[in-house]
Amino acid sequence: MNGFGGFLLRRTIGTLATLLAISVIVYVVFYVTPGNVAQITCGPRCSPEQVHQVAQQLHLDDPLYVRYWHFLQGLVVGQDYSTGTSVEHCSAPCLGLSYQTDQQVLSIILTRLPVSLSLVTGAMVLWLVLGVGTGVLSVWRRGRLTERVLTGLTLAGWATPVFVIGLVLMIVVCGELQLLPFPQYVKFTDDPEQWAWNLLLPWFSLALIESAAFARMTRSSMLETLAEDHIRTFRAYGVGERSIVGRHALRGALAPVIALNANNFGSAVGGAVLTETLFGLPGLGQELVHAVSVVDLPVVVGVVLVVGFFVVLANAVADVLYAVADRRVVLT
Amino acid sequence: MSEALVATQAPEALASGASGARQFWRRLRTQRAATVAAGIVALLVLVALAAPLLTALEGQDPTTYHPSLIDSARGGVPTGSLGGISGHHWLGVEPQTGRDLFARLVYGARVSLGVAFSATVIQVFVGLVVGVAAALGGRWIDQLLSRITDIFVALPLMIMSLALLAIVPQSFPRPVLVTLVIGLISWGSIAKIVRAQTLTLKGLDYVAAARLSGWGAWRIARRELLPGLAAPVITYASILIPVNISVEAALSFLGVGVKPPTPSWGQMLTAADVWYQAAPQYLLLPAGALFVTVLALAVLGDGVRTALDPRAASRLGVGTGRGRGRGREAVTTAKEESA
Repeated sequence: MNGFGGFLLRRTIGTLATLLAISVIVYVVFYVTPGNVAQITCGPRCSPEQVHQVAQQLHLDDPLYVRYWHFLQGLVVGQDYSTGTSVEHCSAPCLGLSYQTDQQVLSIILTRLPVSLSLVTGAMVLWLVLGVGTGVLSVWRRGRLTERVLTGLTLAGWATPVFVIGLVLMIVVCGELQLLPFPQYVKFTDDPEQWAWNLLLPWFSLALIESAAFARMTRSSMLETLAEDHIRTFRAYGVGERSIVGRHALRGALAPVIALNANNFGSAVGGAVLTETLFGLPGLGQELVHAVSVVDLPVVVGVVLVVGFFVVLANAVADVLYAVADRRVVLT
Repeated sequence: MSEALVATQAPEALASGASGARQFWRRLRTQRAATVAAGIVALLVLVALAAPLLTALEGQDPTTYHPSLIDSARGGVPTGSLGGISGHHWLGVEPQTGRDLFARLVYGARVSLGVAFSATVIQVFVGLVVGVAAALGGRWIDQLLSRITDIFVALPLMIMSLALLAIVPQSFPRPVLVTLVIGLISWGSIAKIVRAQTLTLKGLDYVAAARLSGWGAWRIARRELLPGLAAPVITYASILIPVNISVEAALSFLGVGVKPPTPSWGQMLTAADVWYQAAPQYLLLPAGALFVTVLALAVLGDGVRTALDPRAASRLGVGTGRGRGRGREAVTTAKEESA
């Protein structure tokens, strides 16, 4: 199988296989790890009989492969759960029920997802603009003070943990200067203006950190392109410096930046967890931190899988974009 | 130009032992920023190692409560000016508990650096073993190990470690646990680099010669391949250390990393969050310590990379001082020509 269709098919199969493998690892690791889930779910004052009952209800005593098989079944065809009195149907793709609230994990995730996506996509636009902009500027002013200052700032940005920058920004902007309110999530569909206004600070916190890598990547790719022969030819033909840097050198930086954006997606999601926790945004990260603190395993596994899905997806999309941006890349 | 030519031979030169190491130090020292960063890192390591000594000198320890130094009428802020700074408490005390801040800060350096360095050692070890095995093993071993590596590259470190740390019983020593979790989750990239480099080395004549003279795979890996792997592995490891420091601080910040009473900078930040007006240095000290440490390690990492492979430095757009490398030189030359 050749061509673009074959490439897409192979990538899809590979992506599905990776996701399946991740689900096995996550499932095994989390359900094998010692820790009395039934006791924690039931609460500290439960009698041994009650704990046993909970363990039975949650199927905690079944062998691991049986439980994983049920989990897969739920994902593909859905599953019925008895919640004491009634039977609840959880349709495919079913990620199980929360140990704590008996809510379907998928619906919990779906209510949280828009918040995280708002945070990450907004921040991504910012970090691409900031990062590539800084990179271009430092190449344009190369050899001068501007370049050295920008390089230093970039390294400092790269070195600062996201929660330190977020904390400092929040204290200065919301606390001391009172330029912005302390962020509170407003749905985009309710009020787009308030949505953006409240997310401004979280976006900046995440983007300032992430943009550093892009600034470095842009700068180095552009410098490399500038050293190539065809640029010298352009100069010989009298093409202006502005056009050389802004068009021809920037084009060389496009593919690496796309690749970096995909590679960085996983770390950006990690940064999003911190940002959400710091600013109290009700996204997936905050849900995960909460689920983790009450050992709500189905929610934990569900969130990890959904995030893994996005990371793997981002990588696959980047491969396609990479090929589009740079025609020399051979699809395999 | 001659400098750049010499520089490209650095990784091979490093393989030849002592002279390579000396060359590496010389190349590192020519970079001013990296030298300063190396000094700061050395100082931090010294502080971490000498933490008990330093606190003994101050006459405090990181866990003792000092209720007498807390003004409960004003909501638990330290008594005295500047957050309770005095001859007995060099950097003041924590609000609410009155624990000595200087002691917590220097013991926090132990946790931070200890976890980051040990986690890096684990990452490098696993990455080396998996990468070399994939490159030297047969086709199926390579396929299997490469796919496993891909999966570990795709695992989001923060999310996974956050989840893992929460379900392991609290009785397990936390700093060790954090180290293991970071080290065992994110070795994927280093394994990929090692595999690629080993495949390149495998094709070189001197390795072929070793194989022809009947050396076993283990002996070849240890005697012929490891020296050639040193440069890329050291380079990557030096970038991993500051990243690991950030991750540890982040996990402790989220409350799943190092737990009280063991002090950690990330954990101090969480606690200091609400006290920023009443006791600003409670927030500024751990934040500053984290910033300086990570920045120094990052600058040093850049310097190490430049010293080991100036071409990479120009490619990655970093590097200071003389080691700027080919790309930049060529650019300036072209500019002069066009002028």
